Amino acid sequence: MLVALFPTLSLVTVIHAQLCQPDAENAFKVRLSLKTALGDKAYAWNRNEEYLFKAMVAFSLRTFSNKETIEISNVLLCNITKRVSFWFVVTDPSKNQTLPASEVQEAIRMNRNRINNAFFLNDQTLEFLEIPTTLGPPTEPSTPIWIIIFGVVFSLVVVGIVLLIMSGIHKQRRKSKALTETGDVEDKYETVVTIENGIPCDTLDSKEGRINRAFAADGEKLTSL
Amino acid sequence: MEKARPQWSNPLQFVFACISYAVGLGNVWRFPYLCQMYGGGGFLVPYLIMLILEGMPLLYLELAVGQRMRQGSIGAWNMISPYLRGVGIASVVVSFFLSMYYNMINAWSFWYLFHSFQDPLPWSSCSLNSNLMGYDEECDRASSTQYFWYRKTLNISPSIQENGVIQWEQALCLILAWLVVYLCILRGTESTGKVVYVTASLPYCVLIIYLVRGLTLHGAVNGLAYMFTPKLEQLANPKTWISAATQIFFSLGLGFGSLIAFASYNKPSNNCQKHAIIVSLINSSTSIFASIVTFSIYGFKATFNYESCINKVILLLTNTFDLEDGFLTSGNLEEMKTHLASTYPKEYSEVFPQIKNCSLESELDTAVQGTGLSFIVYTEAIKNMEVSQLWSVLYFFMLLMLGIGSMLGNTAAILTPLTDSKAISSRLPKEAISGLICIINCVIGLTFTLESGNYWFDIFNDYAATLSLLLIVLVETIAVCYIYGLRRFENDLQVMTGCKLSWYWKIMWAFVSPLLIISLLIFYLVDYILAGTLTYQAWDATQGHLVTKDYPGFALALIGLLVAASTMCIPLVALGTFIMNRRKRGNTSTIA
Repeated sequence: MLVALFPTLSLVTVIHAQLCQPDAENAFKVRLSLKTALGDKAYAWNRNEEYLFKAMVAFSLRTFSNKETIEISNVLLCNITKRVSFWFVVTDPSKNQTLPASEVQEAIRMNRNRINNAFFLNDQTLEFLEIPTTLGPPTEPSTPIWIIIFGVVFSLVVVGIVLLIMSGIHKQRRKSKALTETGDVEDKYETVVTIENGIPCDTLDSKEGRINRAFAADGEKLTSL
Repeated sequence: MEKARPQWSNPLQFVFACISYAVGLGNVWRFPYLCQMYGGGGFLVPYLIMLILEGMPLLYLELAVGQRMRQGSIGAWNMISPYLRGVGIASVVVSFFLSMYYNMINAWSFWYLFHSFQDPLPWSSCSLNSNLMGYDEECDRASSTQYFWYRKTLNISPSIQENGVIQWEQALCLILAWLVVYLCILRGTESTGKVVYVTASLPYCVLIIYLVRGLTLHGAVNGLAYMFTPKLEQLANPKTWISAATQIFFSLGLGFGSLIAFASYNKPSNNCQKHAIIVSLINSSTSIFASIVTFSIYGFKATFNYESCINKVILLLTNTFDLEDGFLTSGNLEEMKTHLASTYPKEYSEVFPQIKNCSLESELDTAVQGTGLSFIVYTEAIKNMEVSQLWSVLYFFMLLMLGIGSMLGNTAAILTPLTDSKAISSRLPKEAISGLICIINCVIGLTFTLESGNYWFDIFNDYAATLSLLLIVLVETIAVCYIYGLRRFENDLQVMTGCKLSWYWKIMWAFVSPLLIISLLIFYLVDYILAGTLTYQAWDATQGHLVTKDYPGFALALIGLLVAASTMCIPLVALGTFIMNRRKRGNTSTIA
């Protein structure tokens, strides 16, 4: 029995090795940049991490295509470099073939976030070459923010202008009202508010200074020729 | 009954108004460019020499004229000689053209300011294309900041002939800008005097904050070293001296009539000589200060881009040769490149075309001026800073203050002659006159919000004020020195302020400054003639960069009209006055 098992096992590994090769059919290249993503906290890529990766891929395929039969052993990794990069394929448990690339691709895309999180990486540091990332659309608020701020500033400025104009008109009306009021009291004061050299004349006792009777009287004494 | 002329509440308001007017966007976005183009630290030599030869004397001349005549530009030149009223009218026309397009810059500053309150900043990354698989093509080919400026802000058309529609967002910002200007000039010097405290001092606060931030940025030293290493061979280049002269000239805002208007509200005993020196020194030192800030930002941006370029090359090589992540660093990159070239020659030659030669020098060499500096280069640097929203808000707020400060001067240049003239001010209150000017300018300014608006803006920016101002200031200097009489003016100043005019001012006014201006004029004319046809830079969306195109006929006609409208005022009005005088003399002689 053992004698028969050994060649079968080696046959299986050989077949598996043939299935997983760079640029093989339905194979994907994965590239991780651990130092770029995590710096000092970068973990070493060892067989345990590979095991986790295989588990995540198997998980994605199980949830995507509801194939409960996919096991970790169906995910084959090969050509692991120091980069860290490697190729992987997923074999069909029932047949001795690889699963079609489109199925694997869709499964990985659906669970990309969880795969990234399992390794503390993101779309740029855990790259599946040939599986394009769907860039998340930026969140656009219903009213653009700039309109709100514009509205606030606009209303403030308009209010300011209206206030200034109103106070200007108010001052003007008060000034003209003051002039008409003092106009009724003509007997008591001179109404004309003259400003000479910056000093209003009514402070200089204008009544005496206005009408020069002496000069007017002089003219009547002289008889005309 | 004589209504007293409004006055500044204290001389500090006058100084602040002049500073606010003179220190404008040119100090921030033109001087650093000139410094970079014409020899770095060495440019300061011609700059300071021109400041002494033409800057200070011409500034003092305009302030003295305004303070002595106590009228706006039209009235002031009328008093110098009735034949020269055209100089005042030309100043008003040029100010009118300037205020038409200058406020568009304020509108753009508002637009960027309002957009700075978002996280992340809208110009920090490209928007996605329709199938969400990649970025928008135009944005990919250009950069995200260029895309935001040319597409999202201006929505620019490929050439000046295609006008497109009015962009309502820009139109709204323009209306807001004019409302803010109206609010500030509404009450004349009463309100302007208070506003200039803010518009003159706030930009300095922001510049100081930026200086501290800029100097602490990574890579700022590279920019500063680049700027301050003098390339003294540029001093032999005549363009250096001409650029220094024109920069001093336009930076101080001579010839627009704004300085005359501001000075006319002074008390006659005000010591405007001291103020002229203070204002011109502050203006020049602000230029130098602003260029220190700009170059530290340049250095940061260049270093950032250089390091990104290096990182891209490292990533490319790491991926191609499956090297360990983190093995290649910027330190060992060069020797590793040669090592890889020798060990894997075939793969290396395949990947070689994609390896870019990253050079810090070439990043620093990108000299930009004008709107490109503020809205493209600065935004690119800001988006890479921490807390970029704060820096963006501060920067555009500063641009706004600088722009509004200059607008106050421009509108004062237009309004003061109008409010001085009895015909207009007796019919309309000054609030209505200011409102009318703002509305007319706003409506005409809507042209700049069209899709081709930026091309029209460039026409106004390059041609509306340049040649005409030189001519106006030349006529001004000759008028004061030779027509009014230098001795008479000297006596007036002595009576007015009590200062004696030193020989420095007299020599500069009578000989040096006019000669300088004549040589500048000759240079400009020769340049226009030699260039043949005039060209402009148009944005090509398919390629993602600017291309040079020729101006079509109607654009050339507009340019000619702009220059003629202001310069022709001088001879035409002189001729008109001469004819009117002859007719009056003829009438009186027939009566007698």
